[in-house]
Amino acid sequence: MSLDPSFVGRTYPPTPSYEVGREKIREFAAAVGAVHAAHTDPAAARALGHPDLVAPPTFPFVVTMKASEQIIADPALGIDYSRVVHGDQRFRYTRPVYAGDRLTCVCAVEDITSRGGHDFVTTRTEVSTEDGEPVVTVWSKLVVRGEG
Amino acid sequence: MEIGDKLTPHTFRVTRADLVRYAGASGDFNPIHWSDRIATKVGLPGVIAHGMYTMALAGQAVLAWAGDPAAVVEYGVRFTKPVVVPDDDEGTEVVVGAVVKGFTEQGHAQLEITATCGGEKVLGQARAVIRVG
Repeated sequence: MSLDPSFVGRTYPPTPSYEVGREKIREFAAAVGAVHAAHTDPAAARALGHPDLVAPPTFPFVVTMKASEQIIADPALGIDYSRVVHGDQRFRYTRPVYAGDRLTCVCAVEDITSRGGHDFVTTRTEVSTEDGEPVVTVWSKLVVRGEG
Repeated sequence: MEIGDKLTPHTFRVTRADLVRYAGASGDFNPIHWSDRIATKVGLPGVIAHGMYTMALAGQAVLAWAGDPAAVVEYGVRFTKPVVVPDDDEGTEVVVGAVVKGFTEQGHAQLEITATCGGEKVLGQARAVIRVG
């Protein structure tokens, strides 16, 4: 069954803030092999002009994946998560994510299309600080595979 | 950096342990990334790497080249083929390359990234815009 295209443009309420911890950045950096000292040593990050540890570029997905559950689990939209495959992923950064950031996400359904029995849902998440400073815009295209 | 400059291909070895570590660090505990039983049940050849893990590795290769962990202005990929990771000590290999295709009006470098596993492309339309100099 195709997803309802009238959901395109729907925006969800801002998520509770996610506090970016130094140890989480260190853990994530180690997991992806990010060896630059700015990911682990606050003094090294400050020496480069950053306020604190710098998160690797795909780190924001940790925050937005959780936020986009608003869309994925929206019963009115009715996505069958067991059929979801990650299609595309894109980030546009205003600035890097830093340790100490308190980030909130506003998720929107940017596009819904159907092709070959599959549905394609593009979500856009605006990630900003609690104070409203924009940090990064994150797009994910999810493929909801058709049955059979 | 100049148009046509190429990143020396960077090879990442990916084992099951890496996937478990990434699952914990990212919070993505989808069982297709650690359970052969579940992965094969949904029609995959076996446990596959998180697409976001492959994207992160490709990003690291580019950032190591740029020499600045905060250089990325834009980064996008399409996940074209799963990276199957066998349950052994060797795992598999992902090879990442990149080439400078041009520059934006702001002087940022536009990179086209390639990522292959077993000679097959695992990322498509993989592009990054990075601050240089």
